[in-house]
Amino acid sequence: MSTLHTVNKSPFDSGSLVSCLNHCKDGDAVLMIEDGVYGGLSGTTVSDAVQGKTDAVDIFVLSPDADARGLNAGRMMAGISGVDYDGFVELVAQHDRTQAWL
Amino acid sequence: MSETKKFLYVNRKAPYGTIYALESLEVVLIGAAFEQDVSLAFLDDGVFQLTKGQDTGGIGVKNFSPTFRALGDYEVTKLYVEKESLAERGLTEGDLQEITFEDEDDDYEEKPSIHLVSRSEMADIMADQDVVLSF
Repeated sequence: MSTLHTVNKSPFDSGSLVSCLNHCKDGDAVLMIEDGVYGGLSGTTVSDAVQGKTDAVDIFVLSPDADARGLNAGRMMAGISGVDYDGFVELVAQHDRTQAWL
Repeated sequence: MSETKKFLYVNRKAPYGTIYALESLEVVLIGAAFEQDVSLAFLDDGVFQLTKGQDTGGIGVKNFSPTFRALGDYEVTKLYVEKESLAERGLTEGDLQEITFEDEDDDYEEKPSIHLVSRSEMADIMADQDVVLSF
């Protein structure tokens, strides 16, 4: 049993990403969408918190949202994967529930 | 008859700055008609929804905080409040409204609906649901 968590807020404007990371369980997945994709940047105040979870939790960014904001793969921290819209649907289907962190 | 599912309403916003908190309560009340196994979670700024002494007379919007005390009549009797979120905001359980329900399985004894849980217990509650609705 596992959960897909979605985060759609910038971590520099909202505590949603940190709260999500504090509540997710091993084997869950986190997908950053919309302004949430800024949470995938390397060298930020939240990078360590995200990086610390990559062993236990699969972390993704929605590539169209990252691309739209000019965040190419080189600016993202290691251990984060990009998915497209089909990949988003796959993630929803692979997990038992989806929980949005607004 | 459809099978009962576990529904969790996650409340993470303070009550009057945005419409999230009121909308959550509206959906909980509507959802109560479907006789599912309903729980409410209050964490982050969501804990401010349950504070006592709210008085919205000066801002011209409805004070919906008394409505939480009516949830028991709709068989919504599990309100989980995260301890760490309270502590981070300088709140204790004494700052929250007293919310109770009459337990029809126990001679209608009045019991507390609010349960304080740790962050890790909250994570377990979230992982135990069929459906999670976020506000």
